Amino acid sequence: METTNHEQRTTNDALLSFRAIEKSFFGVRVLKSVSLRVRRGSVLGLVGENGAGKSTLMNILGGNLRPDAGELLLNEARFEPRHPTDAARAGIAFVHQELNLFSNLTIAENIFLTSFPRALPPFIARRQLRDRAAELLNEVGLNLSPDTLVERLPAGERQLVEIAKALSLAPKLIILDEPTTSLSARETEHLFALMQRLRERGVAMIYISHILGDVLRLCDDIVVLRDGAMVGNGVRAEFTSERMISLMVGRELSQLYPKRRERGDSVPLSPQRGEGWGEGWERHETQAANESAGLNHPAPVTPPHEPFLGSSRRDEAHASQPEKDQSLVTSAATVQGFEARNFVSGNSLPVERRGGPEALLELRHVSQPHIVRDISFALHRGEVLGISGLMGAGRSELARIIFGLDAHAGGEILLNGKALPRSGPRARIQHGLAFLTEDRRHEGLCLEASIADNLALVALRRHARTPLKFLSTGTWREAIRTMRAAVKLSPNARDEQAVKTLSGGNQQKVVIGKWLVAEPRVFILDEPTRGIDVGAKFEIYQLIHDLADRGAGVLVISSEMEELIGICDRILVMAQGEIRDELRSVEFDRERILRAALLDGARTVTSARTP
Amino acid sequence: MKRSSHSNNPSARTRPSVLVLLLNNASLVLFAVVLVVFALLSPKFFTGDNLVNILIQSSSTAIVATGMTFVLLTAGVDLSVGAAMFVGAAVCGKLVIGGQPIPLALAAMLGVGLAFGAVNALFITRLRIIAFIVTLATLFIGRGFALRITETRAMNLPDAFLQLGSAKVAGIPVPVLAVALVVAAAQLVLSRTAFGRQLYALGNNVESARKAGVHVQRLTASVYVISGFCAALGGIIALSQLGAVGPKFGENYEFKAIAAAVLGGTSLFGGRGNVFPGTVLGAVLIQCVENGLVLLNADPYLYPLITSAVIFVAVLIDSIRNETLAKLSRRRIRHDDLASGAP
Repeated sequence: METTNHEQRTTNDALLSFRAIEKSFFGVRVLKSVSLRVRRGSVLGLVGENGAGKSTLMNILGGNLRPDAGELLLNEARFEPRHPTDAARAGIAFVHQELNLFSNLTIAENIFLTSFPRALPPFIARRQLRDRAAELLNEVGLNLSPDTLVERLPAGERQLVEIAKALSLAPKLIILDEPTTSLSARETEHLFALMQRLRERGVAMIYISHILGDVLRLCDDIVVLRDGAMVGNGVRAEFTSERMISLMVGRELSQLYPKRRERGDSVPLSPQRGEGWGEGWERHETQAANESAGLNHPAPVTPPHEPFLGSSRRDEAHASQPEKDQSLVTSAATVQGFEARNFVSGNSLPVERRGGPEALLELRHVSQPHIVRDISFALHRGEVLGISGLMGAGRSELARIIFGLDAHAGGEILLNGKALPRSGPRARIQHGLAFLTEDRRHEGLCLEASIADNLALVALRRHARTPLKFLSTGTWREAIRTMRAAVKLSPNARDEQAVKTLSGGNQQKVVIGKWLVAEPRVFILDEPTRGIDVGAKFEIYQLIHDLADRGAGVLVISSEMEELIGICDRILVMAQGEIRDELRSVEFDRERILRAALLDGARTVTSARTP
Repeated sequence: MKRSSHSNNPSARTRPSVLVLLLNNASLVLFAVVLVVFALLSPKFFTGDNLVNILIQSSSTAIVATGMTFVLLTAGVDLSVGAAMFVGAAVCGKLVIGGQPIPLALAAMLGVGLAFGAVNALFITRLRIIAFIVTLATLFIGRGFALRITETRAMNLPDAFLQLGSAKVAGIPVPVLAVALVVAAAQLVLSRTAFGRQLYALGNNVESARKAGVHVQRLTASVYVISGFCAALGGIIALSQLGAVGPKFGENYEFKAIAAAVLGGTSLFGGRGNVFPGTVLGAVLIQCVENGLVLLNADPYLYPLITSAVIFVAVLIDSIRNETLAKLSRRRIRHDDLASGAP
């Protein structure tokens, strides 16, 4: 990829040009005179926060929207797509972020849905269909029968089918919108290799991603959008991750991961109830007092109680340099047991005084045949605990077991020291457990319903006080206001607005806000920042720290190792349904995590998923 | 060594359990149960004559239900099929009694069916009114219109109609032949043409279908036209069996057609089901129950109760199946538990 010939950059090189594209929705300009060019056989990286106009631009290219002004040029000729088929006919293929596959059809049928080969019209030439599909599957590295029903495929494989579908058009230009969100590391590498091959074949690509490292690695040219305007445009060499971020955000984003929040600026939650939050609140003040008294950075004396380790680390911001924390490494560095009591998060001091960290959630030898084996760990008060691992390592499945959505055969799960029943989320919710699924759009939200309705969902009953259980609008509105403030929901979003119109970040905030009403003490967050842009990610991280600061235990499952390293106090690594390693923040080390995740697992984990 | 045993251990997953097999063929199982029960209760039930009789009696329902299946596959519904039959039959009867040739009258009847479908399609796709409301309206408008042109009186048709109904081609009764042709064509279209596969896609997810470049409007419109046409065709078969158009002609056909499709495994939420064997089996099953009850001299007021009980059981089995299959197809993470414990 290093062999790109930037000097060949001439106007004639352009396969596709956008010229002064304008688009407004309801009087809001979402694209402000955007002009950009995609060169033949090159990869253009398109970055920008959600809502910056990337999707609108791509929808115009795909024929789903028409621009208010400006024009598209394809091969120097005016191109006015009016229907998705127009784009397809012109050799433009889309791989969308959300999967657009039909689970009731086979892989082959999905690939050729609008271009079935026909030997004797109108009948489908089934052998030809199967052969051509098999060829494409081979190309994307998916070793499955073309007759497999898509409903039997996991998300990663579905994404590869989407790509095979795009390739079936023999496209000149492929638009890849966040194609790696549901891919495993292996599948991602495979996709990148495929992109490289396509590029050598002269296929141009537009690559949209929030993973800036990938953009830098894959793209020849990069365009940055912010608020519908192009704020950066140039060859890759002109960009760094930091520059892209500052262009996207419009300010210098000094860090990707937040420090632990300054005490005192957080919004008190549910003042009328919730002893959990109340305590947390008091603790902030104690803490604030401690800090002002200069207790913030005590010398690392007694290893088992290293009170401000977490917050010290966060003060170093990036956390991508674990060496910085080496000064704090103490003799008790190698804690391998799961009873690692000496490790609690930053503001544990008051808790320590009350006598040892409190295990909010504890798993003892939890096993379920074929799913997880002998899982034991404790999540403490005020702790952010990460679970890392490859796709298919059993992380989400473990979360479902903890939350009682799936049963477990052996071991026990304790919440606040009390053993939970084998299954059923209801008791768990009552005992203060909250679960944000990885699929927030379908499992976490009522997309068509309003923000207010979604926020009120968990707590509706509380606002029905009259004998006839009518909703008391006053207290309800008040609660919604509190929630919105607590999660810092965008002030532009109206209460009545349907949740589906919100950006991914704001949707996630609604889910968190919804749960806050139930005053949980333990949060399980499965991929909390999937599909969320950089700026909003930061706010979600802050929210996570906020929850921990108020005394909740937060279990974060994420496929982004950087993210876990950036926000967690401790990381567990899973592979093949087992916990393979445990790292305290001072030990955070990419290589060690990867090794644990891959060890004895890489091949088995991916290849064992026979459909 | 152990690793290879991990990946080569699909048997644990693909082992077909008897339960799944039964659930997957719920309509067949239900069908068999009904046949066996009635055969045991009435010696006259399981005779060749009676079975042919059941096929003939179920033929108009089967044809109407075939059209209905197309609509249900797109997650729509057509409540106006009975009305389309009635209006078509009324127009046909008027023409025949007015001295027009029978083929012309039959063609007019088919035309009425197509027109019904076209009107439904127009309102559903162009004005974007939901199918339930549109077809409910056309159901009442159609019946009212037909009652007006027949002046609510029964019209007796010439004997030629009854002769058509009892005629045989190569030993096969014409109504059964008609069902066979319609069903074969429908099933071919559904499973072997792009149109058919796109219908399934549309029923699975309209938005994705639109994005994939499927002509959603065109497809949606066409299923209502197909349903209208099938309703008229089913009406012709019914006419040939009754020989008269009464004010109750075609009544409750929407219910029977939907029930037949659902009994045959078609989902009301779209995207799942087929005409053969599904819908045909459903139509015959309903007729079996009615026929069996007649043979047993059961209280006629029990018919709807028992028929709906059978339908309820079918729907129940369907939901149990979905749940069980979902549970069984859950991904396994560890593949060593069965063989040798920890790696």
